[in-house]
Amino acid sequence: MTPYIGKSISRVDGVAKVTGKAKYAAEYFAPDMLYGWVISSAIAKGKITRIHTEAALQLPGVVQVFTHENRPSLAWFDVNYKDQDAPPGSPFRPLRDATILYSGQPITLVVAETLEVARFAATLVQVDYEEDDHETALEHNLHRAREPKSGVASLLKSPPPKPRGDFEKAFEAAPFQTTGQHIHSVEHHNPMEMFASTVVYEKDGKLTIYDKTQGAPNSQMYVSQVFNMPFSDVRVISPYVGGAFGSGLRPQYQLFLAVLAARELKRSVRVSLTRQQMFTFGHRPATVQNVSLGATADGTIDAIRHDAIGETSRFEDYFEIVVNWAGMLYPAPHVKFTYNLVPLDTFTPLDMRAPGGVTGVPALEMEVDELAHKLGMDPIELRLKNYTERDMNEDLPYSSKELRECFRQGAERFGWASRNPEPRSMRNGHTLVGWGMATGIWDATQGPARAEAVLTVNGKLRVTSATADIGTGTYTIMTQIAADTLGMPIEDVIFRLGDSNMPLAPIEGGSWTAATVGSAVKVACEALGKKLFKMAQKMKDSPFADAKWEDVWFSDAHILLKTNPYAAVSLLEIVGQNGGRAVSETATSLPNMLEQRKYARAVHSAAFVEVEVDEDFGTVRVTRAVTAVAGGRILNPKTARSQIIGGMVWGISKALEEESVMDHQFGRFMNHNLAEYHVAVNADIQDLDVIFVDETDTIVNPLGVKGLGEIGIVGMPAAVANAVFHATGKRIRSLPITLDKLL
Amino acid sequence: MNSFSYARPSDIGTAVDELATHEGAKFIAGGTNLLDLMKENVEHPNRLVDINRLALSTIEDTEEGGLRLGALATNADTAYHSAVQSRYPLLSQAILAGASAQLRNMATNGGNLFQRTRCYYFYDTQTPCNKREPGSGCGALNGFNRIHAILGTSDQNPETACIATHPSDMCVALAALDAVVRVTGPMGERTIRFADFHRLPGHEPWLDTTIQPGELVTAIDLPAKGFPEYFTYIKLRDRQSYAFALVSVAVGLEIDNNRITDARIALGGVAHKPWRKPEVEARLVGQSISETDFAPIAEALLEGAKGYGHNTFKIELAKRAIVRALQRAAKLEPQV
Ligand SMILES: Cc1cc2nc3c(=O)[nH]c(=O)nc-3n(C[C@H](O)[C@H](O)[C@H](O)COP(=O)(O)OP(=O)(O)OC[C@H]3O[C@@H](n4cnc5c(N)ncnc54)[C@H](O)[C@@H]3O)c2cc1C
Ligand code: SF4
Repeated sequence: MTPYIGKSISRVDGVAKVTGKAKYAAEYFAPDMLYGWVISSAIAKGKITRIHTEAALQLPGVVQVFTHENRPSLAWFDVNYKDQDAPPGSPFRPLRDATILYSGQPITLVVAETLEVARFAATLVQVDYEEDDHETALEHNLHRAREPKSGVASLLKSPPPKPRGDFEKAFEAAPFQTTGQHIHSVEHHNPMEMFASTVVYEKDGKLTIYDKTQGAPNSQMYVSQVFNMPFSDVRVISPYVGGAFGSGLRPQYQLFLAVLAARELKRSVRVSLTRQQMFTFGHRPATVQNVSLGATADGTIDAIRHDAIGETSRFEDYFEIVVNWAGMLYPAPHVKFTYNLVPLDTFTPLDMRAPGGVTGVPALEMEVDELAHKLGMDPIELRLKNYTERDMNEDLPYSSKELRECFRQGAERFGWASRNPEPRSMRNGHTLVGWGMATGIWDATQGPARAEAVLTVNGKLRVTSATADIGTGTYTIMTQIAADTLGMPIEDVIFRLGDSNMPLAPIEGGSWTAATVGSAVKVACEALGKKLFKMAQKMKDSPFADAKWEDVWFSDAHILLKTNPYAAVSLLEIVGQNGGRAVSETATSLPNMLEQRKYARAVHSAAFVEVEVDEDFGTVRVTRAVTAVAGGRILNPKTARSQIIGGMVWGISKALEEESVMDHQFGRFMNHNLAEYHVAVNADIQDLDVIFVDETDTIVNPLGVKGLGEIGIVGMPAAVANAVFHATGKRIRSLPITLDKLL
Repeated sequence: MNSFSYARPSDIGTAVDELATHEGAKFIAGGTNLLDLMKENVEHPNRLVDINRLALSTIEDTEEGGLRLGALATNADTAYHSAVQSRYPLLSQAILAGASAQLRNMATNGGNLFQRTRCYYFYDTQTPCNKREPGSGCGALNGFNRIHAILGTSDQNPETACIATHPSDMCVALAALDAVVRVTGPMGERTIRFADFHRLPGHEPWLDTTIQPGELVTAIDLPAKGFPEYFTYIKLRDRQSYAFALVSVAVGLEIDNNRITDARIALGGVAHKPWRKPEVEARLVGQSISETDFAPIAEALLEGAKGYGHNTFKIELAKRAIVRALQRAAKLEPQV
């Protein structure tokens, strides 16, 4: 049997998704279910003085209206409200009291027999406020920037490294310098599927919850801690997620509200948010960055400075890795990195695809492009001149790094060699054409996870782990790994996820699921294999009586002697031997910290982009793009390519279109729908090409995979902006590059 | 959503009566705009009069040599109609620049005239808006007004200020073509010149059009002259499709022997109605296309334009778009 790993297997969940069989959180029904409608705050800061609920309560069909005044008493301490992705601070508690912390805050839940009645009743609720002055504009509050508080989350997100050398002196002395201020505004995740929770109230008061989440165990933990329920009374199920991009890393407020209502009313309740309400929780924070590079005439970058100021809420310190990347990409001896936060009257930001990476790297890579221009050097040549085999922040060698190959193969596919470095040198009528490129980088990490492998009574392999598949292809690659580990035909392998009853896996984010859960699936299948082998040994006339584990292998649903393919026992026979009962094993995989600590681990990419810009109108089109990725072992080229393409599309969208615009008069996002919050549409996307360069890595994890969820987006925004510079001679450092910036 | 009653008359007389006898009733055609507004709690009709059974979906020649577009013909059927494509390609181009294929399949010609502004504040009932709630103020005036008007705005009195635009693409072409709107109301039938159909906000920004309560649009008449040879529609927006115009320009020219004999220029995305200045258009008549500098024409069309911060770029953008559109229509530039 040839291995499935490395093959372009189509998504095992594809048919269910396109036929509508795959059910999402808001598509589950329970008998006598009630519907909740959330009312959101109109003001950004202040107090609710009164909520008039009488008219709504009188409406036939309305069951209850929950506000801070009639909510039950819940957990007292902040720690109970902390989920697995909670940054340091005091988590937001819906309906806590009369205080308004941000515009759009959920302040009332109307519960009714039908969705329509709940929605109409919500319009009858009047809220009186006492308004306070709010501060929502990052750029006006930069003077308040301060260091982030540290907490558990900082374990995963390292603070900026200490300065090295003497940046000021080296920069001063550098004959070639660039400095630029980079700004980007808030973005919202906006997955297709709106956040929703269907809470099924079981007879004994236990809850079965269908939730939109990137980690069923995370939602389970949150509910049981906040509502003081034993874990065993809360089951969270989330088999399909209609996109999340990080927004599902924290339980969102509809979960809290639906559970509260279900428990109080002792009935099943569903709460789903509207598209407008999708703009009322976590987001990619607006950030202001300053990047300075100093180089010698031969292009050696001597000095790098990267300072970033991000926004956060008044109650939590969300932070991300924005400024560390320069130290991982370029070996400059004199560096200084700072990262600070400004608390504003908004909701806490939240990890969003390549959090920090697609903020910091584009700023850095635009300045590198500017430096190349000033030096009169090819941008790739400059990057090769400053290539590093070591992560200078940690002073560790990379476990593997084929970025050089990304440059080479990407450039070749794109046709970079024929580029005229001169800006505005390519034109076709009113259309200016530009070519740009940039580097991308993202961490390759692995966490601990558990999985269970079961050989079922009819000889199928069923593997489970409580992870999530947010559309990335987790179902498919786990099925491949399991099939290969136990030599099973892929049709006989079932992988299940998204249920808090399953063996624990961490929240699905940061591109670590393939490595983390993949390793757990592998060890669980291996453990099951060993158990099956032992059982086979005990069978009457077993061909393995004298064999050791090393002497056998698995193929075609059989255990075979390596030396004699005729000495085989079928897995089904072993089930028979087991009295017709299934055989199962659960195992935990832990990263090999001892080994991993000796290396820096990262996935790299090189992005190449061609743009056409109308010289009079400033309209930009990306006509083609190539991304070459060094991502370790590619488990499934098809799902891998989809991940990278998705990242590239988003990168284009981020560079040119995406922006949640807040009106600071009201401290409120105004373009809160998908007609006005622009994401790239089909007509915006033309030719996209992906290359995976060969990269072998024996350190990152037993599978040698690096994760591809984020890397596709990281390099794109700078590649687009650099192409726009090449086309127009204009260096736009504030994203998105809308047409008005180029007029 | 508030509860509402529903009627589906099968003749025009009953439809008009329905509105005359039910205060707070509204017609519904494709529903692509009205339903959104109802969900957002911006509009709350207590009765919906579904006009889709009325026999108003035909597209046929008029006695004057023009074309009559039924109010219920869909935007898609209109844009792809052979007579529209051959005789009024400007209209076809404009319609196809709007919305998405799915929306154009549902949207009707009548509904398109009445689509309401896309002003963010108009849609968000938690913010002030004189158009939605007279006297509450204009959120956009000092707010996020990137998509707002630069011409013909009302910005003096806080209680009547409005800088909204009419968002339609189709209407920009209809304005350029001097279309005529046919309506039937409680007082009988009448026609409205397209230039008089939409209005500027003035002191009553809550009124978008000059239609009278209870009047039903039955058709839009296109005059014989359709500029099938020299025309263009340029739409500038934040993405390639499925976005409203920041600025759009519809141009129709008649050219005889290198000389312009008739010219129409209508602008979208810049005012509360499609923007035209016939006196400026007249300046083009008699000019030679190869020798005319179009920049002063663009300047004149934008005379008095005023930016409100986020939208100030539209002034320059509109001028450039006008020049390009005139060049394209005159075939000095490829149509793309
Ligand atoms: C996301 C989105 C993007 C869009 N993008 C664009 C765009 O780029 N360009 C563009 O031009 N348009 C765009 N549209 C708007 C679309 O063209 C309009 O919604 C559509 O034309 C309205 O037609 P309808 O038949 O659906 O109207 P309805 O929603 O049924 O009605 C709209 C209004 O017109 C009234 N009405 C309808 N018919 C008549 C009649 N015969 N007589 C009297 N009153 C009548 C109704 O009472 C209602 O008040 C977009 C819409 C959406 C939702
Ligand atoms: S511009 Fe007009 S529609 Fe927009 S908020 Fe002001 S009054 Fe309302």
